[in-house]
Amino acid sequence: MNKKEIIQAHYQEPLVFELEPTNYPKYYAPEIPPEIMKNVPATDKLIPKEMLRKEPPKLPSVAEFQLARHYLRLAQMNYSVDTNFYPLGSCTMKYNPKINDFLSMDRRLSDVHPFQPARTVQGNIRILYETEQMLNELAGMKRTTLQPSAGAHGELTGILVIRAYHYDHGEGEQRTEIIIPDSAHGTNPATAAMAGYRTVIIKSRENGLVDLEALKAVVSEKTAALMLTNPNTLGLFEQEICEIAEIVHDAGGLLYYDGANFNAIMGRCRPGDMGFDAIHFNLHKTFATPHGGGGPGAGPVGVVEKLVPYLPKPLPEFDKKTGTYYLNFDVPKSIGKIKGFWGNFNVIVRAYAYMLSQGAEGLKRVSEQAVLNANYLKKKILECNAWTLPYAPETPRKHEFVLEGQKLKEETGISTLDVAKRLLDLGFHAPTIYFPLIVHEALMIEPTETETKQTLDKFAEAMKQIAKECHEQPELLVNAPQNTAVPRIDEVLAAKEPILSWQMYQERQTEK
Amino acid sequence: MDKDARYAKTHEWARKEGDLIVVGVSDFAQSLLKDVVYVELPTEGTVFQKGDKAADIESVKAVEELKAPVSGEVVAVNNALEDSAEAINEDPYGEGWFMKIKPSKIEEFDELLSPEEYEKYVATLEH
Repeated sequence: MNKKEIIQAHYQEPLVFELEPTNYPKYYAPEIPPEIMKNVPATDKLIPKEMLRKEPPKLPSVAEFQLARHYLRLAQMNYSVDTNFYPLGSCTMKYNPKINDFLSMDRRLSDVHPFQPARTVQGNIRILYETEQMLNELAGMKRTTLQPSAGAHGELTGILVIRAYHYDHGEGEQRTEIIIPDSAHGTNPATAAMAGYRTVIIKSRENGLVDLEALKAVVSEKTAALMLTNPNTLGLFEQEICEIAEIVHDAGGLLYYDGANFNAIMGRCRPGDMGFDAIHFNLHKTFATPHGGGGPGAGPVGVVEKLVPYLPKPLPEFDKKTGTYYLNFDVPKSIGKIKGFWGNFNVIVRAYAYMLSQGAEGLKRVSEQAVLNANYLKKKILECNAWTLPYAPETPRKHEFVLEGQKLKEETGISTLDVAKRLLDLGFHAPTIYFPLIVHEALMIEPTETETKQTLDKFAEAMKQIAKECHEQPELLVNAPQNTAVPRIDEVLAAKEPILSWQMYQERQTEK
Repeated sequence: MDKDARYAKTHEWARKEGDLIVVGVSDFAQSLLKDVVYVELPTEGTVFQKGDKAADIESVKAVEELKAPVSGEVVAVNNALEDSAEAINEDPYGEGWFMKIKPSKIEEFDELLSPEEYEKYVATLEH
């Protein structure tokens, strides 16, 4: 591959605090009209004296052009779904259509106050209501709370709802365990622990699926729930899900569906029909809203009828008599609020726009194409003869696949980390690596439905080139990346001595 | 592989030192964890049952637990690991030791795997 093809902008960009302060005309907040000001008490009456600032905050003082250039330069150094292929396994880095952003920026949706009376925000509550209806339908659930602000937050909400259910049925003290397969996301055991449960890990079978015998051996009157994602982390569909559900339900436990891999089955089958009692969605994965640093996430939680009384409040409702929408706070058994106001509203708007623009048929095609892309890319990369596909290699994968790099490492000494770093040189974001832990030297690849055949072929071509380099020019790999703005990061130092804020950075500079 | 130590299936090693049992993680465990960046050790005087979580190990790749291979009281911990966790990677059977336990059931030590048995066990994991 020609080196010049790969371009990453590289600026020695200072922090915004380090830009030269200017007197260039700036924007100021408008003066508050005197008729309003006269109704506002003096500052020292509003805020206790000891809590008042003694000096103004140290904010950057820069002009618009400095700010615009600063952030544009940072954006140019960035790698994103807007610029390139992003095969990060389990993260569903699909392209986020601009119409979602466009609609969520509408002033009627962005310039409203969460405490406005319901009659003034009818359209907004309607969006919440209809988003919920669509999610209920997709998952086969009775009701869904839109409040949780991320997948892990949704997990915690769902497990707290399950906990409230068991307590309400007099079995709260008795049910102390949550069962989780060893291929699960790390957030599952973390959620169980946060919600006060002991986690029981069960080993996967040789085909990567849940071992029914192992499950039977651990379910008991202590089981509060089984947490599962289907398809699982290896991209394999749990074919015996109905039997799994029966085993857990017979013991009085509930089933929690981790929606991380929902992009694989959306519109094709429903967790509710498989026997799940609660599910979280990752709107920032499946429903094309921005991830993490690109904007807050959202992790709505859907539940079956018997769990509805415990959902967080308020829930959006429609009153047929008056034809109006309202927020229902009258949920006496609710676990309470788990997020301020109504959740990350503008993220929910994006997911709403996404579902409406795709339509029911479109959402079906999304999962179909995501699975097709993953299986195509899997086949192309396996043709390199460098990586292997552990666990049921003949079984088609769903939306993602996990390769093992053990053979390559034994033959050439090149680790999966080196391969991932070399991919950066070739202009691609690296896949997820070293996860799940049940695969040695794991490379977890999820192309999503977004990508064209051309892109998938280019990526497979890059992997082929890397496989060749492992044998012929290993130095290219151990020293990678060379073409990026920043060379290989010292991960050990970063973990041991993290610099997490501008203040810490400054302290380190003075120490030196 | 330390031929003088015995091993748990959860990849801890245990070695007799007078009346005490020295405990650490095996070379296989450290190679899977990759660079260890932080450990949280128990306080001296803590009493563990065999299989209890006795320490947390954080690496660039994962957070894992060290489980007590024998029951007993912790009488010494390797505080040097707090500043130099890399010893676990560089010298897992020496400088990388975690703690010394005064065993309450010495027969548990004999129940651990011999170096040969552990080696065979590890081989079954590397498929």
